[in-house]
Amino acid sequence: MLRYTIRRFVFAVPMLLMISLIIFTILAFAPGDPAGALPLTIPAEVREAYRESLGLNDGFWGRWIKWVRAMFWYEPQHAIESIGNFCIGDCIDPGERIISFSSRSPAVDTIYERLPQTVWVLGLGLLFGIMIAIPIGIYSAYKQYSAFDNVGSFVSVVGWSMPVYWTGLILIFIFSVNLKWFPSFYDTTHDVQFTSWSSIWIQIKQLIMPVTVLSLFNAAAFSRFTRASVLDNLNQDYVRTARSKGLREFLVINRHVVRNSMIPVVTLIALSSAGIFSGAILTETVFRINGTGSLLITALGQADTPMLQTLTFFIAVMTVFFNIIADILYGLLDPRIRYD
Amino acid sequence: MTDTASENLGDDSIDDLAEASAASAGAAALLDGSTPDELGVHRTLRSDVWRQFKKHKGAVIFSVILAIITLAVLIGPFLYPADPFELNVADANQGASWDYPAGTDNLGRDIVVRSMIGGRVSLSVGFAAMMTGLIVGVAVGVIAGFVKWLDAPLMRITDVFLSLPILPLLLVVLLFFREPMTERFGESLGIFLLVVGIIGLTSWMQTARIVRSEVLAIKEQEFVLAAESVGTRNRGIITRHVLPNVMSSIIVSAALGVASAILTESALSFLGLGFPADFPTWGRLLSDGKNYMQINIWRTILPGALISLTVLSVNFIGDGLRDALDPRLRGKA
Repeated sequence: MLRYTIRRFVFAVPMLLMISLIIFTILAFAPGDPAGALPLTIPAEVREAYRESLGLNDGFWGRWIKWVRAMFWYEPQHAIESIGNFCIGDCIDPGERIISFSSRSPAVDTIYERLPQTVWVLGLGLLFGIMIAIPIGIYSAYKQYSAFDNVGSFVSVVGWSMPVYWTGLILIFIFSVNLKWFPSFYDTTHDVQFTSWSSIWIQIKQLIMPVTVLSLFNAAAFSRFTRASVLDNLNQDYVRTARSKGLREFLVINRHVVRNSMIPVVTLIALSSAGIFSGAILTETVFRINGTGSLLITALGQADTPMLQTLTFFIAVMTVFFNIIADILYGLLDPRIRYD
Repeated sequence: MTDTASENLGDDSIDDLAEASAASAGAAALLDGSTPDELGVHRTLRSDVWRQFKKHKGAVIFSVILAIITLAVLIGPFLYPADPFELNVADANQGASWDYPAGTDNLGRDIVVRSMIGGRVSLSVGFAAMMTGLIVGVAVGVIAGFVKWLDAPLMRITDVFLSLPILPLLLVVLLFFREPMTERFGESLGIFLLVVGIIGLTSWMQTARIVRSEVLAIKEQEFVLAAESVGTRNRGIITRHVLPNVMSSIIVSAALGVASAILTESALSFLGLGFPADFPTWGRLLSDGKNYMQINIWRTILPGALISLTVLSVNFIGDGLRDALDPRLRGKA
C-alpha cells in the first residue's frame, strides 16, 4: 500500500506538468494582449518596455519554463520561508514569484486569501449534504419500493436536476428580497468572534442560503449513490448468513451492510471534495462570495494570464490529489482490493 | 450463437441487439419449461424494450413532458402572437398579466416567447454537444479496446482529461476564442460551434471508459472468435458484433450526456460567457433576468424551470432506458 501510494504521487508529477502545459497552451494561443488595453497615447517603446516587464517576449517555451520553475521551486520555497520565518540560502526575491498582471501582487497570495471563503461555504455544503444523504440513502435501500423510497428517489432526481444558480436565485428572492431574513451577498470582512453570539449569528445568516442550496444538491447526488450501493450489498449472501445466525437486524444493517456499502461512498466523497473548486465558480457568482471561483471570473475579465494559469493549475492539483486519495482510501477500506 | 442469428435477421443494429438479448430471454423462457414460441407474440428487441420502458412510470410521464417542451420550443413561436425580438419600450418591465403571461423584459419583449426561442438553442446545443462527445467517446473507447498498443496511451489521455479543471478551462477557451470564431463563422454560428465543440470535447471521457471496458469483455466472447474464424474483417467485427452489444450503454450515456450538456451550456451563459445578449438561451435569459428579480421574478423562474424540467425529463428517460435495455432486468417488475 505504501509503495502504491508513493508510486501514485510520483506519477502525479508528470501528469501535472502535462496538465499545466495544456492550460498554458490554451492561454498562450488565446488572442488578447495585456498591453493592448493601455491607452493609445502611450508611445511604442513604453508599450514594448511594458511587455518586456511582464515577460511576454520570452516565447512560448521560455514563459512556460519560467512559470514551472516559479510554481514548483520558488513558490514552495517562499511558502517554507514564510512559515518558518527564515531564509534558505539567499532569501527568495518576491519578483521571482508568479505575479498577477492586474494586481501586480503574487498570484498565490491572492488565492490563499480567497481560499477560506470557498472552503467554508462549499465545504459545509458538502458536509451537510453527506450528513443528510447517507441516512436517507440507507433507509431508502432498506425499504426498497416503499413510499419513503419512492418519494425520496423522486426528490433526489429533482434536486439533482435543478442547477444551483437557479435554486440559489429563488432562495435569494424569497429570503433576501421579500422576507429580508438573510443577506444576499457574503461579507468577507466580517471577522467571526467565537465569543460573541451576535457575531456568530451574522456568519450563520450569511452562510445559510449558499450552504442550503449546496447541501440539497449534494444530498440529492449522494442519497442516490448511497441507495444504489446499499442495495448492491443487501442481496449478498453474507447478509443472509448474518441473519440466519440470528443476528439482530439492526446489527446486520449497521455492522455488515452499511460498513461495506460505505466504501464506494467514501471514495465519492473524496472525488467530490475536488469538485468544490470548480463548483465554487457558479455558487460564488450567485451569492456574491469573494472566493476562488469569483477570483477566476475576475481574472478572466481582466485577461490576467498568470492568475488564470496558477488558479486553474491549483484546481487541477486538487483534482489529481483527491483522485489519488480516493484510490488509496478504496484500497485501505476494501481488503479485497490490493494494488501491489 | 447470437451473432449468426442476427446476421440472418438483423437489418439494423437495434435488431442485432434484439437477438443478443432475445437469446437470454429465450434461455429464461426455456428454464420456465416453455419455448420462445409459446410466448405467443413475435418478440423483437424493440417491443421488449418498449414493454419494459412502459413499466417505468416516471420515464413515460417525463417523455411526454419532454415531447411537450420540444414541441412548444419548435412550433410555439409560430403560434404565439408576440414577436420574440421586437422591442416595445412602452411595455417594458411588465409583471405577469393576461397580455404577457410571464411579463416582459426591460426592452418590452415577451418572456414566454423568448423562452421558447431560447429553448431551441439550449436543446440543440445539448443534443449537438452530446453527439460530439459521444462520437469521440465511442471512437476512443473502441480503439482503446481493440488496438492493444493504443490502449495505454489513450487511457492515460482520458485520465489527464478527467483531471483537467473542466469548467475553468471552458470559460477560458470561450472567452479567448470567441472573436476568432465569430470572425470566421459569423456571430451566432461561430459561438454555437465553439460552445458545442468545447462541451463535446470535454465530456467524452466517461463514455470512452465504459465503451472500452465493454469492448474488452465482448472481444473475448466466442461469437467474436467465430466471426474472426470465418474471416470477418476487424471493421465488420466492430460494426456488426461489438457496437450492437455496447449500444445499450451508449444510449444511456447519450441520455445523460444531453442533460449535462444542457446544464453546462446554461451555466456558461449564466456566467455571461455563452451566447451573446441578443441570442436568447435559457441560461442567458436566466442571467439577464436575475438583475430584474424585484421587478419581474418570472424572468428568473421560467427559464430556470424549463432547464430543470428538461434535465429532469432527460434523467428520468435515461433511467427508464437503462432499466429497459438491461436484459437482466427486463421481464421483472
